[in-house]
Parts: sequence; structure tokens; C-alpha cells
Amino acid sequence: MFLKEYISDVVNGVSSLLKGMRKTGYYFTHPKEIITEQYPDNRATLLLSERFKGEVVMPHDANNEHTCTGCTACELACPNGTIKVVTKFEVSPEGKKKKAIDTLVYRLELCTMCNLCIVACPSDAIKMVPNFEHSVFDRTKLTKVLNQPGSKIREGIE
Amino acid sequence: MFSLEGITTSVQDWLFMKFNPTMALAMECIIVILLSISLFALLGLVLVLMERKVAAHIQIRLGPNRVGPGGMFQTVADTLKLIMKEGLVPDMADKFLFNLAPFVVMMVGMLLLAPIAFAKNFQIWDINIGVLYISAVSSLSVIGILMAGWASNNKYSLLGAMRSGAQIVSYELSAGFAVLTIVVLTGSLQLSEIVKAQENGWWIFKGHIPALIAFVLYIIAVTAETNRAPFDLAEAESELTAGFHTEYSGMRFALFFLAEYINIFIVCAIGATLFFGGWMPLHIGHWEAFNHIMDYIPSSVWFMGKTFFLIFLIMWFRWTFPRLRVDQLLNLEWKYLLPISLFNLLLVAVIAILGWHF
Repeated sequence: MFLKEYISDVVNGVSSLLKGMRKTGYYFTHPKEIITEQYPDNRATLLLSERFKGEVVMPHDANNEHTCTGCTACELACPNGTIKVVTKFEVSPEGKKKKAIDTLVYRLELCTMCNLCIVACPSDAIKMVPNFEHSVFDRTKLTKVLNQPGSKIREGIE
Repeated sequence: MFSLEGITTSVQDWLFMKFNPTMALAMECIIVILLSISLFALLGLVLVLMERKVAAHIQIRLGPNRVGPGGMFQTVADTLKLIMKEGLVPDMADKFLFNLAPFVVMMVGMLLLAPIAFAKNFQIWDINIGVLYISAVSSLSVIGILMAGWASNNKYSLLGAMRSGAQIVSYELSAGFAVLTIVVLTGSLQLSEIVKAQENGWWIFKGHIPALIAFVLYIIAVTAETNRAPFDLAEAESELTAGFHTEYSGMRFALFFLAEYINIFIVCAIGATLFFGGWMPLHIGHWEAFNHIMDYIPSSVWFMGKTFFLIFLIMWFRWTFPRLRVDQLLNLEWKYLLPISLFNLLLVAVIAILGWHF
């Protein structure tokens, strides 16, 4: 019946609009829901998502050891040449030659934070961290060496 | 008790004592003009800030909070910036119409201020066809908008102005019918009479469900008439950049912006007068003590409180609902609002004739 449909149309429309208004009204009357971070003021207590991608770093443990084998998978995965792996050969006590990294150069100014290097890494040697305060006056400061000086590969990582 | 009535009568008496009647009248006109201009400026600052704060809190943000305590002087700073800005006129634009349009829009707002009762016996012009005057003058604003759109020599402006024209002409009807329901109940077009009729209860309570329906229709129609979201097709930012005021900058843009908020204030003031009793305090039946306490709140506070409540309601709409398409907009008016308001008017007429309202 036409009239019944018409009335139910109006009732449905009004009730769905009221539902929306209830939600926004709830947000308006509950200031604790506010998600704004007042950044420069709350630098100490800033909350950033775990998944925020700001910079690639190489974690080192207490013995200054990392897990990078120098396989260059990250360098191959990178779409715009941000990572450059410089490898060298280390001679083990038994006289065996082993490939290792000399430096892992990371150029922050080229990086698009696409996360492909992290996905490509077979030994989880690099990861993304939520740093975002990258501004510097000299762009050469954005070219970083990720492995710390004197660091070496952890035992048992192939 | 504080009353604006005492101030106006004493000023008038003093003027008529000091000067001859013609001079006194001229002085009164100047005072009224100054007061209304300063009210406009103040309202512009307050309402823009209120809009930004309400929008922010509805969208779980904080809003402006840097300039002054809690961002209080943000709009003052914005206004200063707009005054400093160069007002560009686009090449090949119709300069005369282009410069005239913002003033036409503002002038309509100023004219609409005349019959509004701001407090008890505090009214610029208590005209006996107040409601008719309001509905007649408020439709003039479309001329200013069309003028701006046409003179800008810009396709987006013209499209926005055309949409605005279609929208205002259609929604005028249901706004008119919603206003008529109250006129039918009161039996008078004079705003002071309408307020007086609500002494023992506001129409929204006394008029049963039809008055409530009329109020909802009125709010929807005036939201469309003031070109605000969800009916902001005329200035739809995502499609037409800014509609009819795309080409405006500096103070001319500020006038359009101000006019939008002045129009909101005026339609909300009229809504408050018609449905919520204007400056009339809240009176409940025979609760003498309660009524007396309510009488102690000044009438201007009642009027402003009701008006700002309605303004908040319209802002709430804006930040909740998505924008309509043009066909949906016209469907809503011609297929839903107009038949419902016609039926509602019939119902109210029956109620008024049989005396069913309180």
C-alpha cells in the first residue's frame, strides 16, 4: 500500500537521522573521547600508534650485536634506492670466509616508509620505529649508517 | 529586576526632552543602526567561534585553542586578517554587481532584524504583519546570491547560485507553512502578539504533536534556506569550490560569511519566537512558585538562550549529516515536506477551530 510505504519511509529516515545525531551528541558531551594530541606541548607523553612508520632502524642488543647477514634483500626490495648495503668478508678463526656488512647506509630523505625492506628482511634485522622529528638544516644529516660502529653479527645467524 | 525596557524608555524620554521630535527620531534611528551593526559584528565573531568549537567537539577534536584563553580571540584574529587582505575582482566580471552583491545579502539580514523581539518590550519595529514581513524579506537574499554568482564570471559560481535559487524557492514553501501553523493557532501576524499568546505555555507544548511536526519542518526548511549542510549544495566545497562566493576575497568574502551566520541567527530567533515563546519564561500550569522563580531570569536571557539552543541544533545537523544530491534535495521538499506540512496545517486548523489546544 502506497500510504503505508510513504509513512514507513519517513519514519525510517527520521530514525536513522536521530541515530546519527545520538552518536555525534555523545561525542559532543564526552570530552574524554577527544583524540587530539597537542603535539609540541605534550612531547613527553605523546601517544603514537605502534604501526606508525617513521624511520628504519637496526636494533642492537647489549653486546652491540645485530642480526643483519648482509644478504641485500632490503636493498633489492627498496623501490627508490634508499638502502645501500656495503658488504665485506670476515675471516672466522677456522679460516672460513663469511659475508658480513660493513655499513648499511639508509637515506631518510628518499624513504617513502613503504615497509617493503622490513617485509623482505629474512632475519628481522631492521624495523620501523615511530620517530617523526626528522627536520634538520643540512640534508647530509639525513643519510644515516644503521649499524653501530664496532658492531658485529650475532652468533648463530646465517 | 534588570530590564531593557527601562533603558529604552528613559533614553527616549531624555531625547524627546532635549531635542525637537524630528531630531529625536533621527537620533533614535542612528542609535538603532549602531546597535544593530555592533550586534552583527559581535554575532559574527561569537557564532563563527561557536561553530568551530562545536564542529571540533563533535568530530572528537579540540578546535581553535591557541589565540587567547581557549581560542577565544581566534575569530578576532581571522577578522583582522580578512580586513588586511586585498579584495580582488576577477577579470571580465561585472564590477558593479560583483561589489553590490555582498551588501544586498547583508542588507536582507539587517532588514530581518526589525520585527524581532529581543526582550520584553525591546523591539525595533513591532509591525502588525511581522510574520508576513519576515517571510517576504527573507526570500530577497536569493537575489544577492544570484547576483554574486552571475557577476563573478565563473562557472562554479553560476552553478552554485542557480542551485541556491532552486533550493531557496522550494524550501520557502514549507517554511512558510510551518510558520502558518503558529499563525493559525495564535490568530495574529504580529510577533509581540504571538509571544503574548504563549504566556501560559509555549506553542511547542500547547500545540500537541502538530506543533512539534511544524517545528521539525521549520528547522529542516530554514537549514535549507540558509544554505547550510546537509543542504549546502550552493557552496558544496567538494564540487563547486565555494559556490557563489568562489571569487570573493578579503572583506567582501567576510560579508558573505557574516551574512550566513546572521541569517542563521535570525531564523533561529524567529523559530524561538514562534515555537518556544520568544522572551517568555518557562511557565508550567499552576506551579506558582516555579513560575515566579522563572520570572526572575531576565527576558533577554531567555530569548538568547532559546535562540542559541536552536543555533546549536542547526550546527549539530551540519556536523552529523552528509550532503544531499540536487534531486534528493528537491524530492525531499516536493514529495515529503510539502505534503506533510499541508496535512499538518489542516490538522492545526481543526485543532484551532475546535479549541483543543490549551
